[in-house]
This record gives sequence, C-alpha cells and structure tokens, in this order.
Amino acid sequence: MHASPAALFLDASRRIARYAGTIPQPAKTPVALPPLDSPQWQSPWRAFAWGLRSITQTILTLVLFATYLGIGALAHDTHFSLLWALCSTLFVWAGPAQIILITTLGSGATVIQSAIAVTVSAVRLFPMVVSVLPLMRTPTTKRRELFFAAHLTAVTLWVECHRFLPQVPRERRIAFVNGLGFGLVSVCLTANTIGYFLAANLTQTLGAAILLLTPLSFLFSTARNSREVADVVALVLGILLYPLAAKMNSGLDILVSGLAAGTIAYGVHWWREVRA
Amino acid sequence: MSFAQLIGDWHALAVLFVAGVVPNQIWRMLGLWFGGGIDEGSELLVWVRAVATAILAGVIAQIVVEPPGALASVPDALRYGAVGAGLVVFLLTRRSIFAGVVAGEVFMLAGKWWLG
Repeated sequence: MHASPAALFLDASRRIARYAGTIPQPAKTPVALPPLDSPQWQSPWRAFAWGLRSITQTILTLVLFATYLGIGALAHDTHFSLLWALCSTLFVWAGPAQIILITTLGSGATVIQSAIAVTVSAVRLFPMVVSVLPLMRTPTTKRRELFFAAHLTAVTLWVECHRFLPQVPRERRIAFVNGLGFGLVSVCLTANTIGYFLAANLTQTLGAAILLLTPLSFLFSTARNSREVADVVALVLGILLYPLAAKMNSGLDILVSGLAAGTIAYGVHWWREVRA
Repeated sequence: MSFAQLIGDWHALAVLFVAGVVPNQIWRMLGLWFGGGIDEGSELLVWVRAVATAILAGVIAQIVVEPPGALASVPDALRYGAVGAGLVVFLLTRRSIFAGVVAGEVFMLAGKWWLG
C-alpha cells in the first residue's frame, strides 16, 4: 500500500468506480423497455426509436431542458446569435463548457484564455468516454461505429447509459444510445431557442429568472454528483475563491481560482488516502 | 430581431470552433482512440476532476457575483439569498435538483415582487 507517491499517482486500479464523479445509481424505478429477447430489438431502427423514447423515462431530461433554457437566455444577454447558441449545443454538447465559453468570452477574456478554461473543464469527458464505450462494444464493433456515441457522451448520457444499457441487447446498444442522444440534443436545441426568444421578449424580472436557472441547476447537479470529499471541497472552495481571484483582475480569474481550489481539494483527498 | 442577428457573424462562429468545439472533442476522441489502455481512475484524473469541478464552481460564482444581462437588475442580496434558499431546500429534500432550482427561483421572484 505504501508505494512511492509517483506510482500511487498513476495507479488507481483500486478506485476505478469512483472516477467520473457521478457514480451511477442503480435504477430505483423499473425502466419501461421490452425484454432482452423481444423481437422489438431485431431492427436497429427500432432500437434507435426505443432510445429516443427513453428520454421520457428520466427526470434528467427536465433538468437539461431548464439548463439549456438558461444557456439560450445567457447567449442572448451576452450578445451571441441564436445560430451560435445552437451550434454550441450541437457541436460542443457539454453544458459546463458552454457556460464557461459564453461567460468568459462575454466578460472580455481572449480566445486563448477561454480555450484554456474550456479545455481544462472538458478533461472530465475523457474518462466518461473511456468508461461508457465498453458498454456498447462487441468483438466486431469498428471504432467509427462508436463515433456518435463518443460525441454524445456527456454527464447525462453517461448516467443514463449505466441505467438503461443493461436492459438493451448488446448488439443494439449503439443504435439505442444514438437514439437517446439524438432525443436529448433535440430537447436542448428546442430549449435553447425558447430561452433565447424569452430573454429577448420577456420583462426584465422574468428574464432574470431564466438566467438564474443556469447557476442554480449547475450548482445543484454538481453538488448532487459530488460523492467524494475532494469533489465537495473543490465545489465549495471554487465558489469562495472566485471573488478573491477576480480582485486580481488577471483575465484568468476562473483558471486561477479553479487551479487553486482544485489543487487544495486534491490535497485533501491525498491526505485522507495517506492517513487511511 | 432581424434574421442577421439570429445568424451572427462568422468570426464568432470561428471562435466557437477554436475555444469550444476543439477543446471538447479532443478529449472525447482521445477517449475513443486510447480508451482501452488508460486507467480511468488514476490519481492524475482525480486531480484533473477536482480542478474541472472548481472551474465550474468559479463560473457559477461569476454568474451570481457579476451577473450578465437582465440578472443584473436583481439586487446583490436577493441573488445571494436565492442561491442560499435553493441550497437549503436542495439539502432538506435529500439533494433534489428540481426542488432546489424551484426554491431559488421562487425566492428571487418573491423578493423582486416584494421590493416592487
């Protein structure tokens, strides 16, 4: 157990499950899908349709809708076009990254500064993709068949895959995930459009209410996904350190507070591991 | 709102590609290509995830502390109060995202209405 710190840093076979933060909860309510041996699964298009229909089976669809309503409104109020907002949803497909991008660019950061902040925030997608793709791979699966599944992977899809896929025959899982992802993206594009026009046309108070959706939904969904002490420390310190970092006026406020708070949180995690 | 406003300019879309699309797709495609051989639970990734969470936390703070657009019309105390009220309800309802968001929104709207 007392390996060198460097070895400990890179080896973590002991804590694979804890990685991507959101530890998937086993489904509490049964998922309404046909049995594994049902003829319903014979066609990939049917599987796609079942995936599409599954967006109605989760509360996370509602959370996504509210979040993307907020992103649409935020894009409007920071003077981005509707097309820009829709393209960001379609091609970025990661709520936190979209918020970071809109907020940093909107507050005058350079392209490079925004790109760095978004790149760092997006690293979390890597382990998600790594852990979710094996669920749909078969011995004959080609890498390009997994392209859309990899693109669609973000926290919501990641959680839902762990919930739904055990009830989907392995050879139909890619089609199912493509359907699920297609449905979620469509919901978010619709929400973006509604949010954008609401922000343009509503009274100031209701416009403010829609903008407030974003920090609230992200704060609570991140808090809900924080099962580890390191996650909680990172979240709380990240919020508290931001106003301090903003006083330095470096243009890199978010990165400064994020690196500081994240590293302290990792230190807490490391100290607890060593002590344990 | 004109059609041109909805489309925006190509410069902004180029910025989206450089600062938004590429930084995200890089990690997904790395996951797709090298997924098999990488230890997804290593200490390095624990640190990376902590920093990513803290960056997102900073952005949440930024929206509340230096609000964009219409949100700036809400007084400071009311914005902080709304987040606080939402947080209390979120914790009391055993981490219900929905209840927390609704409580925060109701607090803000009620405060606005009460202040006139």
